[in-house]
Amino acid sequence: MSPPGEEPVFVARNLTKVYPMGEVEVHALRGVDFDLYPREFVVLLGPSGSGKSTLLNILGGLDVPTSGSVVYRDHNLTTANEAALTEYRRDHVGFVFQFYNLIPSLTARENVALVTEIVDDPMTPAEALGLVGLTGRLDHFPAQLSGGEQQRVAIARAIAKRPDVLLCDEPTGALDITTGVVVLEAIARVNRELGTSTVVITHNAAIAGMADRVVRLADGRVASVDRNATRISARELSW
Amino acid sequence: MVSRRRRISALDMKLLRDLWEMKGQALAIAAVIAAGVTMFVAYLSNFNSLERTLSNYYERQRFADVFATAQRAPQRVAARMADIPGVVTVDTRVVADVTIDVPGLDEPASGRLVSIPPGGASPLNAPILRRGAWPDPARPDEVVASEMFCEANGFGPGDHVFAIINGRRRPLTIVGVGLSPEYVYSVRPGEIFTDNRRYGIFWMNRQALASAFDMEGGFNDVALTLSPGASDDEVIGQLDRLLEPYGGLGAYPRRLQVSAWTLSNELTQLQTFGLVTPMIFLAVAAFILNIALARALALQRAQIAALKALGYANRELAWHYVKWALAIAAIGSVAGMAVGAWLGVQMIELYNEYFRFPMLEYRLSIDVAAGSMAGSLLVAALGAQSAVRRAVAVPPAEAMRPDSPAKYRPSIGERWRVFRRLPQASRMVLRNVERQPVRAAMSVVGIGFAGAVLLIGFSFIDVMNVLIDEQFMYAMRQDVTVTFSRPLSAGAVHAVSRLPGVIDVEPMRIVPARLRVGHRHRTLAVTGLEPAPRLHRVVERSGRVFTLPPDGLVLSKMLGEVLGVGPGGAVRVEVLEGARPVFDVPVAALVDDSMGVQAYMRLDALHRLMREGGTLTAAALMVDPGRVDALNAALKQLPAVAGVAVRDATLRSFRETMAEHMNLIIFFNVFFAGVIAFGVVYNAARVSLSERGRELASLRVLGYTRGEVALILVGELALLTVLSLPLGAAVGYALGVYIMTIFTNEVYRLPFLVTPQTVAWTFLTVIAAAAVSALAVRRQLDRLDLVGVLKSRE
Repeated sequence: MSPPGEEPVFVARNLTKVYPMGEVEVHALRGVDFDLYPREFVVLLGPSGSGKSTLLNILGGLDVPTSGSVVYRDHNLTTANEAALTEYRRDHVGFVFQFYNLIPSLTARENVALVTEIVDDPMTPAEALGLVGLTGRLDHFPAQLSGGEQQRVAIARAIAKRPDVLLCDEPTGALDITTGVVVLEAIARVNRELGTSTVVITHNAAIAGMADRVVRLADGRVASVDRNATRISARELSW
Repeated sequence: MVSRRRRISALDMKLLRDLWEMKGQALAIAAVIAAGVTMFVAYLSNFNSLERTLSNYYERQRFADVFATAQRAPQRVAARMADIPGVVTVDTRVVADVTIDVPGLDEPASGRLVSIPPGGASPLNAPILRRGAWPDPARPDEVVASEMFCEANGFGPGDHVFAIINGRRRPLTIVGVGLSPEYVYSVRPGEIFTDNRRYGIFWMNRQALASAFDMEGGFNDVALTLSPGASDDEVIGQLDRLLEPYGGLGAYPRRLQVSAWTLSNELTQLQTFGLVTPMIFLAVAAFILNIALARALALQRAQIAALKALGYANRELAWHYVKWALAIAAIGSVAGMAVGAWLGVQMIELYNEYFRFPMLEYRLSIDVAAGSMAGSLLVAALGAQSAVRRAVAVPPAEAMRPDSPAKYRPSIGERWRVFRRLPQASRMVLRNVERQPVRAAMSVVGIGFAGAVLLIGFSFIDVMNVLIDEQFMYAMRQDVTVTFSRPLSAGAVHAVSRLPGVIDVEPMRIVPARLRVGHRHRTLAVTGLEPAPRLHRVVERSGRVFTLPPDGLVLSKMLGEVLGVGPGGAVRVEVLEGARPVFDVPVAALVDDSMGVQAYMRLDALHRLMREGGTLTAAALMVDPGRVDALNAALKQLPAVAGVAVRDATLRSFRETMAEHMNLIIFFNVFFAGVIAFGVVYNAARVSLSERGRELASLRVLGYTRGEVALILVGELALLTVLSLPLGAAVGYALGVYIMTIFTNEVYRLPFLVTPQTVAWTFLTVIAAAAVSALAVRRQLDRLDLVGVLKSRE
């Protein structure tokens, strides 16, 4: 995708991130450039510790880089303060986490409502849950749902606000193959039907086939960028 | 945009379910708040109810501003009193204290006869007729008797008592039952405990009373009201000058009138208790709330991070978690208000035993209710805020990662060789306590406060008992005290010693006087006692018998402070009887006693000063217990006797009233302190269990028994409880001393003291409450799901 005429959603340049870890400093990112275009589906691939989560957190406004710049459309995320980042996350970003991070005391519908209540023009929780195929599980608590179902609730929660970008951190990391496929289908469907720019982090190279573009990270740097000529559907993945 | 189908937001739904999840802890905290609010509501709304009732009563019955008594003043003086600037109304009366023979009562009782105009139309201090009728002006024997006296003796209209007037036994017919703002609290002059069976007020026709006491055309008591803004000091000065030629005994303002003074003291105590005690409870609630919330929020790290990632602002999340605390506080304060209102009614009923108003109703005022609600919400928010701030400040990306393992190190104790030999379980207890020193300290302080509250409550009972012991076992050892209506010559001692059953007689000379040092003065009595009294003695607070020096005045420490004088100084003594001589008398010593303002002299020294022989105005008697009845019968007949105080009777009646009061106090103290101790210990245990569930479950998997695992948790609670005991005792003692300072007044100066039994009971109660909460948690520990706990991820 990424037709050259279109403005990118994200432009990140020369990002570095250094964490103090006790006595030593951990360089999570060592100068990363990254662009994301509208409607694009990008898979971020790399072993653990390669910096992919850090990059995703920075794109999502959960963290700020130590140096470099990241711009989302007309928002400069590098210089934004806490309140501006919150505002940015609320208005533009949908998150899906490896461990779902559902609120255990709320039902599927209520978990989605957490988001629909605080944004303008959301879907209804039922619509969002319908999109991920959970129409029958609206009033179940997380503990009554399987891992795959919980992750789909998390996706519904992320997309109910009709976000501009969907950021998924190892969305299938805690799931078996069959369940993982269902979850990935849900993500792909959102990307296709709503045109949401999507970044999925994985260490599972098999998922790369679904992407428009595959960015490999290693040791805090971009190791390679590959464009898939054709995207395959989640069902055709083999891992 | 808020979905319209749902009234309650998803976040609030989470709040409700989270609260339900921790309902045990939430209820324990709410209970502590409820206890605080209960006291606040019960005490302060009683304060309000009493204060309102009192001011209405005073106003409606025209309670006077200034009071004075004299020997006998002609009626024309009244007009000159009315001319004093600032005086609005003058009401002259005839008032007489007499011995009363009450049918059905062996000992002689005392009564105060107060004159009233026909139809009870007193311009000031107007009595209220509760039952029956006003005395018929044509029938001199008819009286209206005070309600508390009638109730205590089972009297009503139609019953009779006998007054000993000038040696004649005159029947008084009770035709009505009444009340007066002047005698809301009525106590026999010179005593500190009420005895309604043996002391009554009797309102009778002025004409009848005046002729019985030779007061026709005159008066011996006057009450005044002043215009707003008038200075009572100035009026009193002029009034004293006017009455001086007529044996004036010194005028005094309303605030020093016995009943009004007692009531305003009671009000101060209520207000102090109503503010100080709830503070303790709310402070404890605030910090257990802090501990509980800190732990709950630690468990919600991932949720907080997710919510932040979803776009919730810190402010929104902080408010969400603060509401958690507010909800608990709201439950606590509503429960507290309900219990407080109930307790308030019980207290008001108790007040009705001591004080008598036309109508004393409990009313929970909006101010008190709103104040307690606002107070507990504020305290909860304060308790929550540091925990919430810490949790919400976690950066969202950071919080996505699970907690790293807690850092432990060998406890300080283990660096000593002995402790290295401790079993593993004890080491775990020590390390855990040491790892969270602040939290452990807060728990210790919290349980300590429970101990403090108990100690104070129990100690007040000790203080009362010591006061009684000191008064009746050490100081006033006489069985009977007889006061005479006028000074008698020395021969009276022999006359009294010949009365039936009298084993020993000790004469006392009581001289009414105004003691003055510079501009400070007090009107009281100088009591002359024998050089080495066997019965009526002066006893210090320490219990030591004080020997009066051969010359000079001995003042109670309180009087010394009031007058600003000590040993070596001099006091001007203006005698208020006879020829009203004025002397400058050196102060020989101050005595550190439990009584308020008192002045003593050796009998011979007082006689020398007054230039009189062996005059006496009272006598202390030791009586053969087998012949008490005969003595009582004889005393009832003696013309010179103005009053008889029988120790056993007074003590019995006092103890009966006190017992009821004390039982209520003990019950609530134990209950409320138990609530605190339980709340703190239970909460500490739940937090520990939540943090260490995995660890304890692992131990079970490794083969530890339930008992051994429980020991680790219970051991920690036991350690905290044991540490709290000395702290509680110390805090309780300090607070007790402080409260006693507030309660010290010119009638009594109570020492705060703690007996070993009280300490033992305090400790036992705290330990029992801690044990109950340990048991409650032990049950949860036994139900620990081994596999589940090990699998679940924090």
